[in-house]
Amino acid sequence: MDNSKSNIEIATESDVVQVRQVGRELSRKLGFGLTDQARITTGISELARNILLYAGSGQIILQVVEDQGRRGIEILAEDKGPGIVCLEQAMTDGFSTSRGLGVGLPGTKRLMDELYIESSVGIGTRVVARKWLN
Amino acid sequence: MEIPILKIKDVLIVSIQLDLSDKLALSLQQELLKQITKTGAFGVLIDLTAVEIVDSFMSRILTETAQMAAVMGVKVVLVGIQPAVAMTMVELGVYFKDIPTCRNLEKGLDYLENKKLP
Repeated sequence: MDNSKSNIEIATESDVVQVRQVGRELSRKLGFGLTDQARITTGISELARNILLYAGSGQIILQVVEDQGRRGIEILAEDKGPGIVCLEQAMTDGFSTSRGLGVGLPGTKRLMDELYIESSVGIGTRVVARKWLN
Repeated sequence: MEIPILKIKDVLIVSIQLDLSDKLALSLQQELLKQITKTGAFGVLIDLTAVEIVDSFMSRILTETAQMAAVMGVKVVLVGIQPAVAMTMVELGVYFKDIPTCRNLEKGLDYLENKKLP
C-alpha cells in the first residue's frame, strides 16, 4: 500500500473531520512544523467544506510530492458539483454564494504556497494546493 | 454531552479537547447557552489550549456563541489559543475581532471578575 497518498471521499461532515486528521498526520510525518501543520490542516478543512457545501460530495486526494529536491504535500480537492461561475469573484475575500464567511478559497490560498483552480459550470471543480518543506 | 461544562463560582468553563465535528460544535453551543440559563453564570471561559485547528466554521461557531451569550447578558472569553492557531486564523482572515481572549484560565477568570458589575 502506498502510504504517501490518501484518497478520502467527502460526503458527510464526519468525512471533513477524517480528512483533517489524515492531513495533519501526513504533514506531521513529512516533517512540517506545528504552524504549517495547522495551515495545511485548516486548508484541507476549508476545501472539504466547499465540496460539501456546493457539490454535496467529492473527494480529496492527499499526497507527498517532490520537485527539484524539495518535498511537499499536495491537496487535490475535486467534485462534480455546479462549478464556479466567476473564479475572480470566488477568489475575493468576503465573497460568498452561501451564507458562509466567504474566506474559503482566498483564505486557503494564503495558507498554502500554491493554489490552482479549474472549474466548469455544470461540470465540476478541481482545486490543487501545495505546501513545500523549507 | 461529550464535552464537560464545569462551573466555578459563577463562571462556566468548557475545555475543548478534541477535533469537533460540526454537529458536536453546534451541540456544544446549544448546551452552553442552556447551562447559562440553568446556572445563572455571568461569564463563560472557553479553553482552546488543546485545540489545534480553528477553521472558518469553528471560528464562526465560537463568535456566534459569544454573541448569543452577550444577548443574554453573559460574557464569553476565549483562553489558551495556541500560536499555530492564531497565525492560521489571522492568515485565513477569521480572527476574533470582538471577543475578548486571554492567555489562560486564570487570566480569563481575573478578566471576568473585573468585568462583573458590583
